[in-house]
Amino acid sequence: MSLSPDDVKRIARLARIEIDDSQALASQSQLNTIFDLIATMQAVDTQGIAPMAHAQEVYQRLRADSVTETDHHAAFQAIAPAVENGLYLVPKVIE
Amino acid sequence: MSDASLSALAAQLVAKQVSSRELAQQYLDRITALNPSLNAFITVDADKTLTEAAAADALIAAGKAGPLTGVPIAHKDIFCTDGWLTTCGSKMLHNFIAPYDAHVIQRFKAAGMPSLGKTNMDEFAMGSSNETSYFGAVKNPWNTAYVPGGSSGGAAACVAARMAPAATGTDTGGSIRQPAALCGITGLKPTYGLVSRFGMIAFASSLDQAGPMAPSAEDCALLLNVMTGFDPNDSTSLEREKEDYTRDLGKPLTGLRVGLPREFFAEGLNNEVAASVEAAVAELKKLGATTVEISLANSKLAIPVYYVLAPAEASSNLSRFDGVRYGYRAPDYANLDDMYCKTRAQGFGAEVKRRIMIGAYVLSHGYYDAYYLQAQKIRRLIANDFTEAFKTCDVILGPTAPGTAFKLGEKSEDPVEMYLNDLYTIPANLAGLPGMSLPCGFDRQGLPIGLQLVGNYFSEAKMLNVAHQYQRATDWHARAPEGLK
Repeated sequence: MSLSPDDVKRIARLARIEIDDSQALASQSQLNTIFDLIATMQAVDTQGIAPMAHAQEVYQRLRADSVTETDHHAAFQAIAPAVENGLYLVPKVIE
Repeated sequence: MSDASLSALAAQLVAKQVSSRELAQQYLDRITALNPSLNAFITVDADKTLTEAAAADALIAAGKAGPLTGVPIAHKDIFCTDGWLTTCGSKMLHNFIAPYDAHVIQRFKAAGMPSLGKTNMDEFAMGSSNETSYFGAVKNPWNTAYVPGGSSGGAAACVAARMAPAATGTDTGGSIRQPAALCGITGLKPTYGLVSRFGMIAFASSLDQAGPMAPSAEDCALLLNVMTGFDPNDSTSLEREKEDYTRDLGKPLTGLRVGLPREFFAEGLNNEVAASVEAAVAELKKLGATTVEISLANSKLAIPVYYVLAPAEASSNLSRFDGVRYGYRAPDYANLDDMYCKTRAQGFGAEVKRRIMIGAYVLSHGYYDAYYLQAQKIRRLIANDFTEAFKTCDVILGPTAPGTAFKLGEKSEDPVEMYLNDLYTIPANLAGLPGMSLPCGFDRQGLPIGLQLVGNYFSEAKMLNVAHQYQRATDWHARAPEGLK
């Protein structure tokens, strides 16, 4: 498998990372080397093997549906790039 | 400069031979002297450190000291630390003052251990040389033309240079063990789930685990006693009885079965590293251990599997960095989508972007089964190899890294060459097993060589004693670089 510069730009788009033509070209060869390495997996017969998502066979714990946290609104927004009236400011998305 | 062990420092504090403030000041002075050349710390705040030390002195005076109260420690800049700059080595978080403490930080605070500051690291813990840090590379204290390893490179370098008596690290594919090996210190990655990941900035959540880094195994055992324990804020934290990881220190190694994986002594291993590791095996035999050859046949697939799973998890975890709630935001943008794309293009470094893109690709429609699912299945095969191996041995031994420290810049242009550094460390992360690195010699250039132990699940106490007995018989771990300026 080999990625084209257009593939690289498509992946960057999926990842929400701006990339120009020269950067896509530079990334292309490095990504292809990495995918060549990854491709060595394809030769392995894994029929009947259960995927392992996690090191421990643990299950999600549940807790009582009650309030356990105090309000950290002000502390958390104090470090935001742009805030007004307790709201995070971003460019307008609805006209 | 102090070479005293953590237990010796704690004893001096309780005996009032030194105060925690005096001790902290000694280390702060050494950091001031050495950090310009080593770049091991991103943030140092003497006032905060000394305030915490004064509080520790009050605990000691009141007779309320725990085993390590007053002993200072440095924290990897991946742990959110209330009121401290917490950057994760990234421009993305260059201005992020954490609004709360990670569970690991809470533990050390509760133990009365003052923080000496935040150590440098590869950006978002992605790297094996500490060269991807936005704050510049860390230098290896044994030779400043060489890398300290990574991603916990600042932690390893500061302990090796005796700028701190101990440090915290995190290990996703070898980030505690590989820098410990390259800097000549001892570091341990616990069984997955023993140490809470709450407040530890996430890279690959099914692999990330925090652990201690210090000169000796005994030090690491004491630190592990502080760090471990159930935390309801981490959904993968294990509910287990609290253990004393020092309990086995002092037991003889008679009858210990050491497994030697033939794949870890094969092609690609540096001769000097091989010779030192084999000498360590001979030393353990003198102490009563026996050896058994084992096979971890699928471990050769660990790197390709890791470079699917870790980037996949990273692409999801790092989607939170979008310039909205904290951290960097691009100064100019046309609309919301453009703000995300520019913020992430400018805020992340090249290696982080590369891994996010690999992750986005392997999870994308049409490729999920071939990459992500296939990698998870081979992960099971790798873990099964260990289960099989532990039927015939108590601990697995091999090199930590294929070579010693390499020169700054030597591998930074070739990602795959860099990734191969973690050939021997990644399998334990994939299986979730505990692993540690300890010093076992030096190469001809005077650079440290690391020995790796991998234990069965929850066998940290036993593994620490193997390392401890070896360190009682040798003095590699006690050596420190000389002539640092």
